[in-house]
Amino acid sequence: MAETVPSHPPAPEEGHPHHEEMSFWSKYIFPLDHKMIGMQYLFTGIAMAMVGGFFAYTFRMQLAFPGIEVPGWGLVSPADYNALVTNHGAIMIFWVAMPVLIAAFGNFLIPLMIGCDDMVFPRINRLSYQIFFLSVLVLIASFLVEGGAFGGAWTAYPPLSAKAEYSLTPLGSSLWLLAVALEFVAFLLGGINFITTAMNSRAPGMKMYDIPIVVWMIVLASIMFMLSVGPLVAGAVMLFFDQQLGTGFFDPARGGDPVLWQHLFWFFGHPEVYVVLLPAMGIVAEIITVFARKKLFAYKTVLYTAFGTGILSFTVWAHHQFVAGIDPRMAHIFTITTLLISVPIAEMCFVYIATLYGGSIRLTTPMLWALAFIAEFLIGGVTGIFLGASGADIYFHDSYFVLAHFHYTFFPIAIIGFYAGITYWFPKMFGRMLDDRLGKIHFWGTIIPFNGIFLPLFILGLAGQHRRIYNYEHFPELATPELQALRVLATVSLLVMLGFQLVFLVNFVRSLRRGEKAPQNPWKANTLEWQAPSPPPHGNFATLPTVYRGPYEYSVPGRAEDYWPQNAPE
Amino acid sequence: MSSRPIATTRSATEIPTGKLAVWWLLGSEIVIFGGLLASYIMYRLAHDAWHAQAAATNTWIGAFNTLVLLTSSLTAVLAHQAAEEGNGPKAAKLLWATIGGAATFLIVKAFEWTMEIRHGYTITADTFWSFYYTAAGLHAAHVLAGAVVMVFVARSAARNQELHRVELAGIYWHFVDIVWIFLFPLLYIAK
Amino acid sequence: MSEHHHPNYVKIWAILVGLLVVSVLGPMLGIQIVTLITAFGIAVVKAYLVAKNFMHLNIEKRYIVYMLTTCLVFMFLFFAGTAPDVMEAEGSNWEKPSFELYDEAASHTVGHGTAHH
Repeated sequence: MAETVPSHPPAPEEGHPHHEEMSFWSKYIFPLDHKMIGMQYLFTGIAMAMVGGFFAYTFRMQLAFPGIEVPGWGLVSPADYNALVTNHGAIMIFWVAMPVLIAAFGNFLIPLMIGCDDMVFPRINRLSYQIFFLSVLVLIASFLVEGGAFGGAWTAYPPLSAKAEYSLTPLGSSLWLLAVALEFVAFLLGGINFITTAMNSRAPGMKMYDIPIVVWMIVLASIMFMLSVGPLVAGAVMLFFDQQLGTGFFDPARGGDPVLWQHLFWFFGHPEVYVVLLPAMGIVAEIITVFARKKLFAYKTVLYTAFGTGILSFTVWAHHQFVAGIDPRMAHIFTITTLLISVPIAEMCFVYIATLYGGSIRLTTPMLWALAFIAEFLIGGVTGIFLGASGADIYFHDSYFVLAHFHYTFFPIAIIGFYAGITYWFPKMFGRMLDDRLGKIHFWGTIIPFNGIFLPLFILGLAGQHRRIYNYEHFPELATPELQALRVLATVSLLVMLGFQLVFLVNFVRSLRRGEKAPQNPWKANTLEWQAPSPPPHGNFATLPTVYRGPYEYSVPGRAEDYWPQNAPE
Repeated sequence: MSSRPIATTRSATEIPTGKLAVWWLLGSEIVIFGGLLASYIMYRLAHDAWHAQAAATNTWIGAFNTLVLLTSSLTAVLAHQAAEEGNGPKAAKLLWATIGGAATFLIVKAFEWTMEIRHGYTITADTFWSFYYTAAGLHAAHVLAGAVVMVFVARSAARNQELHRVELAGIYWHFVDIVWIFLFPLLYIAK
Repeated sequence: MSEHHHPNYVKIWAILVGLLVVSVLGPMLGIQIVTLITAFGIAVVKAYLVAKNFMHLNIEKRYIVYMLTTCLVFMFLFFAGTAPDVMEAEGSNWEKPSFELYDEAASHTVGHGTAHH
């Protein structure tokens, strides 16, 4: 509501105010257009993914070849190692998964898919990106200050994070916290914009059950983010005061309790998993229906399941704290709720498989990514069952089993989900087609090494390898040649996988400049974004569409075409 | 050059877009204050010793500030009524009265805190006082933000422009009032 | 917004001020249960009156009320899941010795001895 424009009577639904050619500055740097803001989030997210990937490369080299001069970094000191793993985690979740899956796709897709010309608050949308960009700068600054970057893990448990004499990063830890808090503010502003837009600005005729699943999922994710992040915002203020003013919110000697931070953090942190999962699930739903040429099996079930997941996800948070000294009676309750939440997620996977059944499947690059998402995420989900049971978790906790488990969930969400989405919507975003052959090389070159990285880590975890160890040579029972061979296998797989990402970058840049011109609707899809020109101009549609049917009417018997756009009157 | 997108003028829920966004904003504020106050209540119930600390807060100043905020809520809702009747200048005057209430609240608060800090009750004196300053400080930041927003709303309302914003600023202001209604017994009365 | 007849805002304000007076006077009786009821019971009533009449939640769409209530419910959920760990000084396999030491110390030194009266 920071708008200061004078009010005018509502514009007629057809026709747009004509925008004259804008300067570079107002078009690319301070845009109001939702698509351009989405691009800003997308490219910032990709740049941060490279940073996060580089960190992973550096500490994986140290783990496989302890004491090596890592090319591009040099000798990894213990403090370096801690800062690298901490910021790898934080960056991949807060500065890659969130901006790419929610902010980039949300900004680009929501107004297009619900058939309107922009977000309801373009200026707040722009402000959201600017705050997000500021948070990136603050995070980078935390590496440059005296004492170095924060190394107390992305969960930032006190007392390690609260006191400079433990963390040894008096400024780095506060800057890290500030960066995370700014990122939250950016996504709160963006989220309210998404929710309001989707609730109020749908095209005439688009009822609740005509909204594409991916829009539902991004909006649900925004609501969940908004509901879960509040206590952590308060907690971040408390932790910041502990760091900089010397209060004792989390210091038992002064009446505080460090376990309170864990609750504040995980009350946000667990719903956060579903905040990024749901948009990825939505992207997969869109792709699967289009390339199976079949109606989404049980639209309403998916929707109710997502609601159920959202609510249940607020009741499971303490399963991260089974060994933190929480009340064992509470651990029982959290075990039950944690095992329950696998039901709706499994149901969603079944629905997607049922959608595939009997369809005429086209194995395009986006479809391969979508299928890989289901397969790989299932491994992550199934291994989560072991960790959700409080008894088993006592053994697995803080081992590489946990690490492999959540990479089998987050990698499909953040990376596979992103590649599925970008290969599917690239023609719409940039008006050019991606090269399918390079896309498939990139797909196999990513998926095979991905399993090569994390399957060995399951075995290492079962063998008792603890997380957050800088050099296993100091632990004779973990420094055996067999276990070291598995570490080397994981690191080599990572190098191969990172190498194959170059294929994607080449494909991306080359297609951007010389790719085949994309038609308006290259995949013959129903949803509204494909009924706008590629790429859509400012204002999106020549005439704002009216919606006549749901988004998944594929292969309807009796029709000449096997698709039926939402806005086609007949 | 700048014109609102058509998206802003649509209203599938039949709630005006600005108002809908304010409700969601308040939802996100409820969980921020909720998390902080839930933490405070847990600690408070766990530490009998905090009675002794809380005894040092000044109930009369707290009660006076409650009265100020309740009254400013009244002027805010009367401003909304005036705006609905299309009387922009009257709404603006009532909004300025609300801003006056916000200023009074903050001045009293500054006076109160100065006195307490002089007596050694600083933010690090005890974790009770850490909560006292954090919760009231977060609330005071909202009071300040509300006052700044209302300055802009009042200026355009005086020219009979953007009258729907009077209601939006009012809803936010009543929420700030409600937060204080809970902070008052939590920090001042329970001793 | 359709025109509902406005409640008498000044009257509601007068009720709120009356409740405020009661909530300040209640604790002076020195009976704990009365203090709790007058302090927190009245706070809930005041918040209800403000939300209903000033924020006009009574004539707003129902799901706004549901949304705001959901936010509150999640906060109670957070409290319920967290309090068993944070409020106790000891549990079945753990204790917080410094927690009790703190209580011991804090009840004696109001303002940590730096107060000048």
